[in-house]
Amino acid sequence: MALAQPVIDQPMEWEVAEKQVGLWSDAWQRFRRNRLALVGAVIVVFLVVVALAAPLLVQLGIIQPPNKQHVEFIESGIGQNGYLFGSDELGRDTLSRLMFGAQVSLSVGILVQLIILPIGLAIGLIAGYFGGRVDNMLMRFTDIWYAFPDLLFVLVVVSVFQQYTSGNVLFELLMIFGAIALVNWVNLARLVRGQVLSIKEKEFIEAARSSGTPPSKLILKHLLPNSLGPIIVTLTFGIPQAIFLEAVLSFIGVGIQPPQSTWGQMVNSGYENINANPSSVVFPALAIGFTLLAFSFIGDGLRDALDPRMRR
Amino acid sequence: MAVIAGRPTRGALLPPWFTAFTGTRGGALAIFVVRRILWMIPVVFFVIVITFALMHLAPGSPWDKNGGRQLSQTVVNNLNVKYGLDKPIYYQFGLYLWNVVHFDFGFSYQYEGKTVTTLIGEGWPYTATLGALAFLLIVPIGVALGVVAALRQNTKVDYATMGFATVAASFPNFVIGAMMVVVFSVLLYQWTGGQFYLPSSNFGLDDHLVLPVITLALLPIAYTARLTRASTLETLRQDFIRTAWAKGLPERLVVIKHILKNSLIPVVTTLGPTFAFLVTGSVIVETVFNIPGIGRAFVTSVESYDYPMILGTTVLFSVVIAIANLIVDIAYVFIDPRVRLM
Repeated sequence: MALAQPVIDQPMEWEVAEKQVGLWSDAWQRFRRNRLALVGAVIVVFLVVVALAAPLLVQLGIIQPPNKQHVEFIESGIGQNGYLFGSDELGRDTLSRLMFGAQVSLSVGILVQLIILPIGLAIGLIAGYFGGRVDNMLMRFTDIWYAFPDLLFVLVVVSVFQQYTSGNVLFELLMIFGAIALVNWVNLARLVRGQVLSIKEKEFIEAARSSGTPPSKLILKHLLPNSLGPIIVTLTFGIPQAIFLEAVLSFIGVGIQPPQSTWGQMVNSGYENINANPSSVVFPALAIGFTLLAFSFIGDGLRDALDPRMRR
Repeated sequence: MAVIAGRPTRGALLPPWFTAFTGTRGGALAIFVVRRILWMIPVVFFVIVITFALMHLAPGSPWDKNGGRQLSQTVVNNLNVKYGLDKPIYYQFGLYLWNVVHFDFGFSYQYEGKTVTTLIGEGWPYTATLGALAFLLIVPIGVALGVVAALRQNTKVDYATMGFATVAASFPNFVIGAMMVVVFSVLLYQWTGGQFYLPSSNFGLDDHLVLPVITLALLPIAYTARLTRASTLETLRQDFIRTAWAKGLPERLVVIKHILKNSLIPVVTTLGPTFAFLVTGSVIVETVFNIPGIGRAFVTSVESYDYPMILGTTVLFSVVIAIANLIVDIAYVFIDPRVRLM
């Protein structure tokens, strides 16, 4: 009795997904679908372009130099005397000062994260990976640091080191980067530690360890890439926080000194003549607000995009 | 369970009455509270050390004048002796610590003959009134917004509330303050011809409080609303809520008796950070609205390098925040029976 043999006269057709999607392109797909995050990204790109183009526009004579004073046109309202956004108490063009202020805000926001990243990573990775006494010590240190009210701390640090900068804008910027980074690394360190602690228990780490992977490779090749998503999200949320702190500092009058324009300073000086000309408060205030809003939209979008557990 | 040789199990060296005590929840709670209180000591000590060190890193002395006539060397020496600045730094630090324990923060450099304690005492009523009024607004408004948004999830009400919360949480409070002054003081005055507006200068403890209190409360309200919405959505999915609906309870009772009670628990945790925010926020809001409270005193002391005042206010703020966090942590243990004590 012959069994019915399956006839193989044509190759089997495998069901293959049309396209392999990696983590990053997948995340990008999800980020793109988030309308608010896209709006945020557009605003940020626009700000970067404006900040970079400002000196060029001055060279071309399209906008006024930020520190050029026109005594006859002080406190112009919106659109008066050829000032699209009005002018301030010294007759300086608000639009131009806003564009140059964007340079300060953006560089503070982004460069501070570059300082925070190595500090937070190092402390978080070491505490999370080695655990035990090292972890305990580092985390108690972090806790104490966390208890410090950050705005007060930044204010004190900046007011102390202000006197060393002797009015040099670059030194002032560096000092502010340092001061803000000094209070903001804590969040990242805690997050990285938490990530490492949870990933450390996964099977693939056990496998890597049992096949003799040295700790340095384990950290760099396995723990770090797998916690990259939350790290990126935390750093993105750190940007508005840093911009906010810088704006508060210059609003109060410490930090970056005139004539370099910053948004916080513009709010402050416009505030003194608020009855004569509200526009010199409104525009810098809106600039700060919308920049922070844009970055937090991006942060929300990235969090939804990079967290696989949130997948819909 | 494998017992590693040579390593005593935890608590083995302690007397039996002690382990019996820690075994109960009440005992564990007592130990938690004591540990939490003791933990404040290194925190405050560290704050003092860092601030003190920073103050002494500053170049120059508090007697330097920007332009104008400098004080003669003899006067500077006498002033240094008067304020104890001629002593070695460890001595100054020890003395300062000793005085802080006795609530003595020394003399202000900026106001002749006034102690920091006096200055703080003068500013305290303003800061406290501001903070207390803001605090009274935050919880009811924030929770109400959050619950309403959650109950009407994905409707216009929800989007409007969360849109407001997102904007309020992103805009810094000095920006909100300045914008509110523009709208409610300047523009409203112009539009109504001076008939109706909210005052924002020459501060007094009356309707001058409206704008600063709203400015201060807006961001915590936004956070509370977001958190309440999230926790209410979580509660809504629970089985006991379905039961409550199924047994035909009216909406009012379901919301008040079942939803609110459970979604309020996470909100309690935000009260600590909220309090901290109110304290540091007062620094900004008092500057914006020119309120003679501690926050503005802190800013003016930073501007004029009044070290004892800066140190005093920083220490005071940190202690207040630490105590608030302590109270919240302890309260949380009582409110939420699921909390594990470490």
